[in-house]
Amino acid sequence: MSGAHPTAGPLRDRRPRLAGLILAGLATLPLLGALGADSYVLLLVTRVMIFAVAAISLDLILGYGAMVSFGHAAFMGIGAYAVGILATHGIEDLLAQAGVAILVSAGFAALTGAVSLRTKGVHFIMITLAFGQMAFFLAVSLAAYGGDDGLTIARRSTVLGAEWLGNATIFYYLVLAVLAATLLACRALVAARFGRVLRGTRENPVRMQAIGFEPFRYQLTAYVISGAICGLSGVLIANQTNFISPAYMAWQRSGELIVMVVLGGMGTLIGPLIGALAYLLIEEWLAGITEHWKMIFGPLLILVVLHARGGLVGAITRITGGRHG
Amino acid sequence: MAEDILILDRLRKAYGGLVVTEDVSLAIRRDELHAVIGPNGAGKTTLIHQISGLTPSDSGRVLLDGADITALSLAARTRRGLARSFQITSILPGFPVLENVALAVQARAGSSFRFLGTAADEPALNAEARAMLDIVGLGARADLPAGLLSHGEKRQLELAISLATRPRILLLDEPLAGMGHEEGQAIVALLRRLRGRYTILLVEHDMDAVFSLADRISVLVSGRVIATGAPAEIRANPAVRAAYLGEEEAA
Ligand SMILES: Nc1ncnc2c1ncn2[C@@H]1O[C@H](COP(=O)(O)OP(=O)(O)OP(=O)(O)O)[C@@H](O)[C@H]1O
Ligand SMILES: [Mg+2]
Repeated sequence: MSGAHPTAGPLRDRRPRLAGLILAGLATLPLLGALGADSYVLLLVTRVMIFAVAAISLDLILGYGAMVSFGHAAFMGIGAYAVGILATHGIEDLLAQAGVAILVSAGFAALTGAVSLRTKGVHFIMITLAFGQMAFFLAVSLAAYGGDDGLTIARRSTVLGAEWLGNATIFYYLVLAVLAATLLACRALVAARFGRVLRGTRENPVRMQAIGFEPFRYQLTAYVISGAICGLSGVLIANQTNFISPAYMAWQRSGELIVMVVLGGMGTLIGPLIGALAYLLIEEWLAGITEHWKMIFGPLLILVVLHARGGLVGAITRITGGRHG
Repeated sequence: MAEDILILDRLRKAYGGLVVTEDVSLAIRRDELHAVIGPNGAGKTTLIHQISGLTPSDSGRVLLDGADITALSLAARTRRGLARSFQITSILPGFPVLENVALAVQARAGSSFRFLGTAADEPALNAEARAMLDIVGLGARADLPAGLLSHGEKRQLELAISLATRPRILLLDEPLAGMGHEEGQAIVALLRRLRGRYTILLVEHDMDAVFSLADRISVLVSGRVIATGAPAEIRANPAVRAAYLGEEEAA
């Protein structure tokens, strides 16, 4: 997890092309007639894209800011609960729900980030884990919204009063649009002045201070942006499953997000998308073969992380003849 | 008073029971090259840390152009015009040489809370960074990843980064450390060119360089300044000879 960062210097390489290819593939998937509107594949890929948004948001701080947040699932949970709680009170409009989800996630990130960023290394991991667990137990304690058992949401969010999102294909394209927007926005951000400060701080925080930057301000801002994006992914997952529960915020979920980022290749943005795809597909496949799938999956992940430097993206660029990695 | 750009007022730092600097008072004059010499472990690096704000002082004050900056962070002091280099080279090895310097320009050129536009392509930042690289003689290496530079070139880069902050005073911690003779000569020539245009506080073990470059020299022994004066005075000072120079000659 340390050492060579594939994006440390210039950002000009072939990864934008890889991202374009993958997005184009995702955009054509529903057009393949054989799938049918409510197909299992479409649902699975929708889920992959939602987790990809969450994983990309984590990559922004983990890969570009060297901030190993072990409580990122909390933001996804906050987004999901925003949908569930508002829907319970009759507010079903997607934009209203997303707005609340983003604001609350950003607020939670600002508060917890301001505290967590006073620490470094293992302490940062532990304190973000603690805040994540705090959110988890808060959700458990919400008896009015299902407590431990969670809460079923009657129907998907509405757009201008219309129930478009009930259509699996429309929902699929909404999620794809959010994914594409997230990728583009994060790509712009890391190349911009702000991102350059973030990347510089990842490499050498003391040098950055010795040219006049206060790393804390930039790291906290990145943390808040990351939390807000992850909260948005929670809005989507609640809509896909029509169900919310504290399990969304469990530390295992945070761990899964880290694995997606590292597996796909951290500090690459497209890596987490590939990581989410690989993780969820392998999980699905192994779970179909044996109920002890985790015993195979765990070692498999460790192998990839140890052997494919730069994750799957690193492997892909090496195979396709990239000079990077 | 107006002559003195940097004033250290009774600075002290201890690590547990180990007192590293004690009662250090110094006045650095504008545009002078002021060398600080002293044996290994005398507290020179610690003093630079205290002046730059990397390490807080236990007591004492640091005044820059008359303003008390003791409570300011390293970054805030840098923005006030205090630039420093490190005894162990401190650069961004994964960034191109040019971007290492351009970031220092960016730090004082408007807000860095910009989320659009490729920073690496900003012509104004790059032009100024290139000028700094030319000053230190690294112009031809601008596009190389900084981590691939030779040791000596990394030290030159660090100087270019420091210059790019537009400092009022440069704090240099052994810029010649670990260099071969030729590389060292290049740095000495560079320091000679910067001399008079910048105020420089130079910590250095290379006595030839120190005595040929410095306007004044302070001698730090066991955390205390035992003498300050022109090179000739320092050379003739019996206390210095006993505590420091004599030791070198004997070795
Ligand atoms: N963080 C620290 N914790 C404990 N002791 C320290 C620390 N930093 C420095 N020291 C001690 O303080 C003393 C002075 O160290 P310093 O690095 O300032 O000396 P120096 O004059 O720069 O030496 P050199 O010429 O070898 O660079 C040394 O004995 C060192 O071991
Ligand atoms: Mg030293």
